[in-house]
Amino acid sequence: MRSIARHPLFRRLVETALTLFGVAVLVFTTLRAIPGDEITATLGTEAAGLSPEQQESLRAYYGLDQPLVLQFFSWLGNVLTGNLGFSRRAGASVVEMTASALPVTLELAVLATIVGLLIGVPLAMLSASRPNGIRDGFGQLVGLAALSVPNFLLGAALLTLISKYAHYNPNAQGFAHLTQDPLLNLQQMLFPALVLGFGLAAPIMRTARSALLEVQTQDFVRTARGKGVAPWRLRVRHVLHNALNPIVTMAGIQFGYLLGGAVVVEQIFSVPGIGRQVLAGIQQKEYAVVQSTVLVIATTFVVVNLLTDLLYRVIDPRVRAA
Amino acid sequence: MTAAVAGQQVPVAAPPARTAAWRRLLRSPAGLGGAVLVALVVAAAGAALLGLTPYDPIAQHPQARLQQPSADYWFGTDQFGRDVFSRCLAGVANSLRVAVVAVFLSALVGTTAGVCAGFYGGKVRGPVLAVTNVLFAFPPLLLALTLAATFTRNWLTIAIAIAIVYVPIFVRVSRGPVLSLRETDFIKAARVLGIPTWRILLRHLLPNLAAIVIVQVTLSLSWAVLTEAALSFLGLGSPPPAPSLGSMVFDAKILAGTAWWNLAAPGAVIVVFVVGLNLLGDGLRDALDPRNGRNA
Repeated sequence: MRSIARHPLFRRLVETALTLFGVAVLVFTTLRAIPGDEITATLGTEAAGLSPEQQESLRAYYGLDQPLVLQFFSWLGNVLTGNLGFSRRAGASVVEMTASALPVTLELAVLATIVGLLIGVPLAMLSASRPNGIRDGFGQLVGLAALSVPNFLLGAALLTLISKYAHYNPNAQGFAHLTQDPLLNLQQMLFPALVLGFGLAAPIMRTARSALLEVQTQDFVRTARGKGVAPWRLRVRHVLHNALNPIVTMAGIQFGYLLGGAVVVEQIFSVPGIGRQVLAGIQQKEYAVVQSTVLVIATTFVVVNLLTDLLYRVIDPRVRAA
Repeated sequence: MTAAVAGQQVPVAAPPARTAAWRRLLRSPAGLGGAVLVALVVAAAGAALLGLTPYDPIAQHPQARLQQPSADYWFGTDQFGRDVFSRCLAGVANSLRVAVVAVFLSALVGTTAGVCAGFYGGKVRGPVLAVTNVLFAFPPLLLALTLAATFTRNWLTIAIAIAIVYVPIFVRVSRGPVLSLRETDFIKAARVLGIPTWRILLRHLLPNLAAIVIVQVTLSLSWAVLTEAALSFLGLGSPPPAPSLGSMVFDAKILAGTAWWNLAAPGAVIVVFVVGLNLLGDGLRDALDPRNGRNA
């Protein structure tokens, strides 16, 4: 029993649970700071016409007359039992909305991460093959561009160009979910994933480049080269494999960022993801929706980070032993 | 005691590390390029703040709608006949103001918290790390978005929202080095000499953190500029008609097919700004890296 409590994984899980509790507190207090409450959110300006007695009974109905700590725990209890609230404008519960939106964002994030890795890793290998040479200069230039061109700019420019010259807007006729029409879905996801993936390529490229540079100066690489291992095999099997750890970590971090960071691209390309759900909630002042959606995203984010940690335990036996 | 020391062969003090670092920064192509671009952008912002824009950035001239770039209108005009060049200058001033205030606040709060958590440990460490962990549990843009939506909207609250997101980074960046510096002989010696703790922190610890914090500040500025632009693109930035680069890109989205300059001009300005900050950050990192040799 004692050994379980001391296991790093167990401690990591306890820490994660505590962090999530903190997240819930922060989300609750932040959105409570906004002027107005459930009553004004529901009735809008009509709320001003209510008599004090009516206001009082409505406040009691929504539990707003309770102490804040009690309100927090009753909200948390609701959340933990799967009641995330209801959106009047969408006419659906937040659970239903999230069940439809979260997979969309996750799919987009997976595709974007794949694009980011496909651009970033080869670019880093190109750079690292001749440090400080022309290839390196090219690689670093592309990396700098990816780091400095904001995704809303790239998205807006791309959308303008394809609709002007190709007269093509894959997202015009409504969104197709992966399960409904996989082919159309992938067409619609292509440009958003490219835009996000290009941005992701920058941190992946930089991390991969410095990891590759570090690994390829080590003795075992020289030994392998001396043994006559073919250059490409050396780069992939010996150098890249040993540099995977930081690359996977960075890809994992960036993947997590996309859960909230994809919102801009989702908005541009009309992809009904979780980011847009938050944004719509903010615009329509449905703060209960914002509150639970943000909590869902943060929880997913924390879980993704936890999984990334576990993933490199799998990839790297050295970490597993530690 | 002093006399005895003076009589010995005392090593000559190295030239101030600061000038050497500056020289190294300006000698590297990245550092020089970054410094030039950032200087350019700061000059543009300064011009806008002094009211030196060729036209009033928010004055509408319906008779001069959607003019192409020309000698009169360098970057053309938008759908209300407003001069895009003037709006870009004012937009740069706005985003620079937000970014500088945001990063200043987060560096101040984050570094203070990080240094205290690293130096004192115990009772300070727990709460600081708990808050840091909680703030790290949000995707950054989502947190900025939610906070920006919470406050009444003006440039200062947006700066504060961005600052809150960036505080944990500064905590993490400054705490690590303090943990190892705390155990070094010169800090122990300073403690034994009875130098008050605040003085140790300010005069002995902080100078050793300066390099790492400065680099982080520069890189954070580029992120802050991008975040401010993204927020105003989403309609959560400074409220109109105040020109903001992000909302200019947003407004240009429907026009860009015909009036491309409305999208290209603010877009190019953002890119130049961020490229400059990134180059400067990379250059500073190389120049301030102690492994490059202080006396080089």
